[in-house]
Amino acid sequence: MTDTTTFKPATLPQAGEAGFGDYVALLKPRVMSLVVFTALVGLLVAPVPVHPFVGLAAILFIALGAGASGALNMWWDADIDAVMRRTAKRPVPSGRVAPGEALGLGLALSGIAVVMLWLAANAVAAGLLAFTIFFYAVVYSMWLKRSTPQNIVIGGAAGAFPPMIGWAVATGGVSLESLLMFALIFMWTPPHFWALALFMKEDYHKAGVPMLTVTHGRRATRVHVLVYTLLLVPVAVGIGFTQIGGPVYLAVSIALNAAFVVGAWRIWRRDEVQAEADSYAVEKRVFRFSLWYLFLLFGALLVERALQNFGLGGW
Amino acid sequence: MSFPPEHEIFRRRFGRNLGLGLTLAAFVLLVFGLTVVKVTQVGHMLAAEKAATAAGKAP
Repeated sequence: MTDTTTFKPATLPQAGEAGFGDYVALLKPRVMSLVVFTALVGLLVAPVPVHPFVGLAAILFIALGAGASGALNMWWDADIDAVMRRTAKRPVPSGRVAPGEALGLGLALSGIAVVMLWLAANAVAAGLLAFTIFFYAVVYSMWLKRSTPQNIVIGGAAGAFPPMIGWAVATGGVSLESLLMFALIFMWTPPHFWALALFMKEDYHKAGVPMLTVTHGRRATRVHVLVYTLLLVPVAVGIGFTQIGGPVYLAVSIALNAAFVVGAWRIWRRDEVQAEADSYAVEKRVFRFSLWYLFLLFGALLVERALQNFGLGGW
Repeated sequence: MSFPPEHEIFRRRFGRNLGLGLTLAAFVLLVFGLTVVKVTQVGHMLAAEKAATAAGKAP
């Protein structure tokens, strides 16, 4: 079924008559899954044990906070989403959910998530969650996204906070390890999104979002992907020498970073003619790999933690 | 404007209400579970404190 060919006023989803799934979609469940995973790793690798039920509740409230910021983002960006192929079917631009509903849901869930995380864990974790929601909804969505090509770089901080929040749930504070986990996602975000922007060029151009590909051109974007990937390497490998790292993580991170650098280098050496000839195969492959990269690095941290329970792992 | 009972809007509305109901029930269970855990933890802390105090006062 397409939106235009089967248009019937009697069956068109009305504002205020959205299904439950539409409200779930407002919370960006796919982004939420990454938030849940990285926050869970932050919580589990922390040196202070947490009661399993408190840990479960904390992760749920962190996910809820992330979902709330997603709803606020969809409310604010409905005009951009409507013109981008990738996002045109989202609940607000497609008319299934009214913008005011998305705003109300986002604000209400933000409040619930922060207060409940405070009650379940501590004020530091709740404060970090509140700042994350503010950063994503206000700093990134309302301010940076439409005003600077560095939107992805600075806005990436919002996605980098979850492991710090997970760590704060367990320890009640911030440490070098949690800052490095933050830095890992922060530095990973630009090459990840710019690889995407290289093969979704028409979308961002049509929407008028000042992505690097639009403002500085595709050659500059390819250079940026390589430079940011090189800057990511010391952060990712450096975690291996901290309290939460160990030989397993170090080996995995060296292998993954080598592969990421090779991928970024391949993106850098190509021009548009070559990229269009194979429908951006390298860019798409690096984008997909970058998702696995983050998942496997955080997975390796979990493995180190699990090994420590058997007297192995760590340094 | 009235709709026949089998209209899609009723199905959609039922799904939404059911989803909201289950979400609220899960939230209540979560808060109840958290309360039990927190109260139990405080109970353990008080018991440990009491035992330490008693051990300190013992001759």
